[in-house]
Amino acid sequence: MSTALHIEGLKKYFGAHEVLKGVDLEVASGDVIAVIGRSGSGKSTMLRCINGLEPFQQGRIRIAGHVLGEGPQNLRVLRTEVGMVFQSYNLFPHLTVAENITLAPRVVRKLPRARHDELVDKVLSRVGLLDKKHAYPDELSGGQQQRVAIARSLAMEPRVMLFDEVTSALDPELTGEVLKAIQELAETGMTMVLVTHEMGFARQVATKTVFMHHGRVWESGPSEEIFGNPQTDELRAFIEPNLK
Amino acid sequence: MIQDFGTDGVIFLARGLMWTLGLSVATFLCGGILGLIFALGRSLGPRWIRLPIATYIELVQATPLLIVVFLSFYGLPFFGLYLPPLAAASLALTLYATAFLADIWRGCIEAVPRTQWEASEALGLSGPETLRHVIMPQAIRISLGPTVGFMVQIVKNTSVTALIGFVELTRAGQLLNNQTFQPFHVFITVALMYFAICYPMSLWSEKLKEKRNVDSTAH
Repeated sequence: MSTALHIEGLKKYFGAHEVLKGVDLEVASGDVIAVIGRSGSGKSTMLRCINGLEPFQQGRIRIAGHVLGEGPQNLRVLRTEVGMVFQSYNLFPHLTVAENITLAPRVVRKLPRARHDELVDKVLSRVGLLDKKHAYPDELSGGQQQRVAIARSLAMEPRVMLFDEVTSALDPELTGEVLKAIQELAETGMTMVLVTHEMGFARQVATKTVFMHHGRVWESGPSEEIFGNPQTDELRAFIEPNLK
Repeated sequence: MIQDFGTDGVIFLARGLMWTLGLSVATFLCGGILGLIFALGRSLGPRWIRLPIATYIELVQATPLLIVVFLSFYGLPFFGLYLPPLAAASLALTLYATAFLADIWRGCIEAVPRTQWEASEALGLSGPETLRHVIMPQAIRISLGPTVGFMVQIVKNTSVTALIGFVELTRAGQLLNNQTFQPFHVFITVALMYFAICYPMSLWSEKLKEKRNVDSTAH
């Protein structure tokens, strides 16, 4: 299987504080990687480095044939290959669901207007929200908004999707529908990296799980092994209360 | 010769009102264009642009408008630049409106959450594309109420140009009073004319602000 994402020796500082202390990670095409760890372990920061939202000081990120090194790069090309879904959805409140979805394809990809409907239908059906095409974000529930955000990302046909704690802002009864949409996406063979606190979901859906601790990849492997047979005390201490 | 305050007087005042409105519109247009440029520079530009703009805004906001008017009319000739009252009035009011509109609009641009920039960035939009399609449409909606509110201030503040002899509504009232010696009748008419313009705008401004509050809390 080909490598979709390769991270080598990634280091990131916030001032004098070292947040990422040399992260290495390899993601094959079609992999679903769950990234778990305590708050402040550097999970989200790593994710934000992958699509260039955060600059980093050392290391290399190769993603879908593009190399991201130190300093400003051709981020724009990279970002059209990498989709990102945020904790707080970040839909555009002044645009309808359909307009949220078509904005980037229209502006960045110059997709002709005649093909907008087709695209909207295609991505909305994947998250089961075809009937909300003309709604505004504030008319939707949090779960629905997050599914629209996933659809908006899909519309750019990314090769890798990043999910940054996408269910953390949701009420418990709404997380299910979002996780279901992500799981269905996983089943289509989409390469995904998910930072998540949903341990059950990680174990069930992710092919591989990465445990981050103090800015490093502390332990990683097939999800079954990570959850079933943790090797380090830190991982054990982290997952035990979660699995009970 | 003493005249009575009658129809002719009202027509004279109405002509003054036209100048007040003309000056207000010119001020809003010129101050609006410069104010927009300054607002963008102040909120998004590099430090060497942000700093001088911030200084300008602070300076003008801390100076009485009347002094700015006097400086344009009496001060500039000191440097060999003689402006007629209309030009000096327009210049001073534009300087004043630019500072206030730039500050109001900067606040509106910054009121759009940072995460909107991030979401756009992650979708591959460039900075200018994000500004045009995502930030400005939201900032404009936020700015409508305060902007109309400031237009009321512009209309009322054109009255200070009476002091350099520009014949707008207030100056017209003074001149008419000198001829009729009926200050109460004259100035109540002047006041009513200002009120007729400003009050509907104030109501409109409040309505726009209210609408925005409803929009932002709707769920």
